[in-house]
Amino acid sequence: MTEHTEQTESCGFEPKIMAFVCNWCTYAGADLAGTSRMEYRPNVRIIKLPCTGRIDPLFIIKAFENGADGVLVSGCHPGDCHYTTGNYHARRRWIGFKNLMEFTGIDMRRLHFSWVSASEAIKWVDLINGITDEIKKIGPFMEYKGLKEKASL
Amino acid sequence: MENILRKKAKELLETGAVKVVIGYGWNRSKTRTTPVFITKPEDADRLVFNPLCVNNLSVYLTRKFKDIQALGKPAIIAKGCDIKNIVVLITEAQLQREDVFIIGMVCEGTVYKQELWKGELLPQIMPTKCHNCGVRNPHVADVIIGEKSTFVPPEKPTGMVFDKIKDIDSKDQSARWGFWINEFSRCVKCYACRQVCSLCYCERCIAEKNMPQWIETSAHPRGNLSWNLTRAMHLVGRCTFCGECERACPVNIPLNLINQKMILVVKDAFNFESGYDEKTHPPMIVFSPDDKDNFIK
Repeated sequence: MTEHTEQTESCGFEPKIMAFVCNWCTYAGADLAGTSRMEYRPNVRIIKLPCTGRIDPLFIIKAFENGADGVLVSGCHPGDCHYTTGNYHARRRWIGFKNLMEFTGIDMRRLHFSWVSASEAIKWVDLINGITDEIKKIGPFMEYKGLKEKASL
Repeated sequence: MENILRKKAKELLETGAVKVVIGYGWNRSKTRTTPVFITKPEDADRLVFNPLCVNNLSVYLTRKFKDIQALGKPAIIAKGCDIKNIVVLITEAQLQREDVFIIGMVCEGTVYKQELWKGELLPQIMPTKCHNCGVRNPHVADVIIGEKSTFVPPEKPTGMVFDKIKDIDSKDQSARWGFWINEFSRCVKCYACRQVCSLCYCERCIAEKNMPQWIETSAHPRGNLSWNLTRAMHLVGRCTFCGECERACPVNIPLNLINQKMILVVKDAFNFESGYDEKTHPPMIVFSPDDKDNFIK
């Protein structure tokens, strides 16, 4: 009985993962994965933005606030940006933001940054599968969701 | 020192070189100093300078204070740490160097909070920034008042803030989370940290945008976290560690820790310290192709 309950609990949780991706590389990469009929975990919700430089750190905070269990931010490899320098600016911002999130105690297994180009469908599939499985293991982001319940008290 | 300061202020106002002198004056019972705005030469005797002059007056140079800007060209009495903020404002094109007359004061440290003053400046009532101050002799000023300080800051930054940062860094992730949620849960969203900060000069703050509502306005842990993280993020590469936000906080949230941590990160990653050179761009508006990206998959 206990074993059964445990099993359903671990299998029953489907994490919500937000992916903020750039239009020109990662979105095209994810599209290639789709058109190549590669299978990957359906837990990811993709939000397409023109460039990684458009991604405000507040988007990530907002995603966690609205119940995301994990966030992925992905764009073109350095040097490949459609707008020449957008991802370089984004990288600077992420260096600051990542350290800030670490210092505040956000679990870094829930926040991922990556470069995925338009041809790297396999990398995209591996990335999503890896993140989903890891977050499935660590469970829902109760720390952040708990803040909402604290709020209603 | 005060006499030279008053004489200089009087002279500036009499010649019409400046229209207002922003400085410090006593309150009525002479227990605390408060910002004063001198527009008439005969009032210049109200100016004082002592370790109780903790306020960072550079906030009055920003567009948050339109009525002060309307008075005309200002002269500002500034310690080295305040000048750092003025330098950042110049870098960010908020004002021109020639639009402000900086009266730089040589400073041997201030008190952390004015209530702590017992008639003597002891090291234990000084904030961490004073123990590590490299600008006791003002680095950018039109006139420098006071005898040259011989203070040399320690090679490795020392003080309570740095010790606490080390302590938090050594904790595990859930302990860090617990610490910050506990601290931020006291936040009452009074936005005193924003109002007192000379680098928070947006006319419309993100906290006031409600279509969509980016930051929840009610004072509960989730909105508090998002507000404090956002403010810290907006100050990355800009904050000069003047410590005004923590001093102004009515519920004593250790904002110095988070801001100083980000200063350390910026120094480590981009080798940049804000507030020293008005010609260098702040790190978040430029980039280098060689930035470290070992955390990006």
